[in-house]
Amino acid sequence: MSIVAPEEPPATTAVAGAVRRPPRAPAVRRFAKSAGPYAYIAPFFTLFAAFGLFPLVYTAFVSLYRVELQTPGQMEWRGFGNYAALFTDEFFWLSLRNTFTIGVLSTVPQLVMALGLAHLLNYKLRGRTFFRTAMLLPYATSVAAATLVFAQLFGRDFGLINYVLRLVGFGPVDWQTGTVASQIAVSTIVIWRWTGYNALIYLAGMQSIPTELYEAAEMDGASRWRQFLHVTLPGLRPTIVFTAVVSTIGATQLFGEPLLFEGSVSGGISHQYQTLGLYMYEQGWGFFHLGRAAAIAWVMFLLIVVLVGANALVARRRLRKEAGR
Amino acid sequence: MTTLVEPPVKEAPVEKPPRRRPSRGAGKTMRAGWLTYAIMVVAVLVSAFPFYWTIVAASRSNADLAQVPPSLLPGPNLMANFEAVMEEADIGLALLNSLIVSGSITVGTVLCCTLAGFAFAKLRFRGRGALLALTVGTMMIPPQLGVIPLFMVIAKLEWVNQLQSVILPGLVSAFGVFFMRQFLVQTLPDELIEAARVDGASSARIFWSIVVPIARPGMAVLGLLTFMAAWNDFFWPIVALSSQNPTVQVALRQLGGGYVQDQSVIMAGTLLGTLPVLLVFGLLGRQIVGGIMQGAVKG
Repeated sequence: MSIVAPEEPPATTAVAGAVRRPPRAPAVRRFAKSAGPYAYIAPFFTLFAAFGLFPLVYTAFVSLYRVELQTPGQMEWRGFGNYAALFTDEFFWLSLRNTFTIGVLSTVPQLVMALGLAHLLNYKLRGRTFFRTAMLLPYATSVAAATLVFAQLFGRDFGLINYVLRLVGFGPVDWQTGTVASQIAVSTIVIWRWTGYNALIYLAGMQSIPTELYEAAEMDGASRWRQFLHVTLPGLRPTIVFTAVVSTIGATQLFGEPLLFEGSVSGGISHQYQTLGLYMYEQGWGFFHLGRAAAIAWVMFLLIVVLVGANALVARRRLRKEAGR
Repeated sequence: MTTLVEPPVKEAPVEKPPRRRPSRGAGKTMRAGWLTYAIMVVAVLVSAFPFYWTIVAASRSNADLAQVPPSLLPGPNLMANFEAVMEEADIGLALLNSLIVSGSITVGTVLCCTLAGFAFAKLRFRGRGALLALTVGTMMIPPQLGVIPLFMVIAKLEWVNQLQSVILPGLVSAFGVFFMRQFLVQTLPDELIEAARVDGASSARIFWSIVVPIARPGMAVLGLLTFMAAWNDFFWPIVALSSQNPTVQVALRQLGGGYVQDQSVIMAGTLLGTLPVLLVFGLLGRQIVGGIMQGAVKG
């Protein structure tokens, strides 16, 4: 511990110029060696390896075996049998399609509305802390709580939403049995919970756009709308890509909302809003096929990789197009 | 707590005065019109209404909820419904369990992430870049995809239905490590560690007396976000626990699973399960807003 002697007296390190010294902080480096920096990362990486990395990798392995919930210790080799069974199950394809449609129905309006709200929040606003906090309120609720409340609001006979719809002259909508209606209802819960959160993310991005850009645009006579289009949107591109990626991942594994909307693992009587996440849970904990569930998890993982990759690709291509202009 | 990170929000007003025409221009200098306020108020109402409705429904009887037109004001049955839900779903035990689980996860995560974040921010060692890349790279992979092996492990350890099966996996937060690293890169000067080192402080001493005090605002924000996420976590708890030893979310899943038909009782349970996190949000909402916006700029 006491081997390290500084080349300079400590007082000089306080001199302003010392910060720019090229061999930065040699003492820190030597301290690091003696103290064993690995001791600092050991707690995290032990847990990370055991409960983060290992389960992810091992899922692929399990997906090649027959494993039942009651006897998780017994594994019987099945090769790609689980995947074959999956691809011949009509409910797998249905839940894949539902995941996609609910994903679009929830993500697109959510991000568009968040962008609009962020734009408004960026104005000089009285009580803006209040507005920001209030808009984040839904984010503080759990999936379970939000879904139970919305399930009530969307009730067919006594739900408040149908009551209001009837007041303005629309017939009562069957939010549970209709495919489109139930998917809209489930998406509404997602939109309600995440719009404010995304608005704040966009707002943070907007505030890092230099004001000079707006001033220059204004001097060129650009209207507010054009400023939004040509200054705000390009400046927000990385943020938009980020939120699109996060929302895509969230939509791919959507689970709590469809499970608790009516409380059944099948996602409606005719599986009309069963998502992949719910289908995985049904296979694993409804029908006790852990191996099959692992195969679904692996399919979801590949799906996420493909979707995130596509996102990045689109973002890069647009960037290149922009640069070429 | 008063030294929490000021959200970037705060900086906006400081740089405003020199602008000439506050009524025009875009972004920070644009004043909001009445239409903006109107839309904001609508957005706030939409955000808040489900909470209000929970209170209304939880304080009425099931028969009231089946009325047309529906009653929009709170009724007198709140306490009765609370009692009913305590009996039917053991919400009391669920609240206690959730408190234990979320509290342990918060303390453990903040500690692990501060240690690792400090190492990644300020120490040099072999494999640092690769390990950090691994951490950040897996940040986006949803843990939900690893539940099957995880379940097999806790089944083997006979941890099913025990709180540690939820606590231990909950301690893993790649985001937290990255967050603390970014925070310490920006706030902890190398010279400070050097100076302490020269004065002969041990590494443990340096961590507790220098790193932790400087990291505290970041730790507070990470703690808030972790607590809320742990309290609201859904998939893994319903797999690992059951109604015999539930957390709040497990109890809510049971309530919504069709065993309880009384809607007002279900809403009473929802209200009880949401109150603690709403309380945290009410007291520290500003800091949570700041933390999320900060994480966004850095991430």
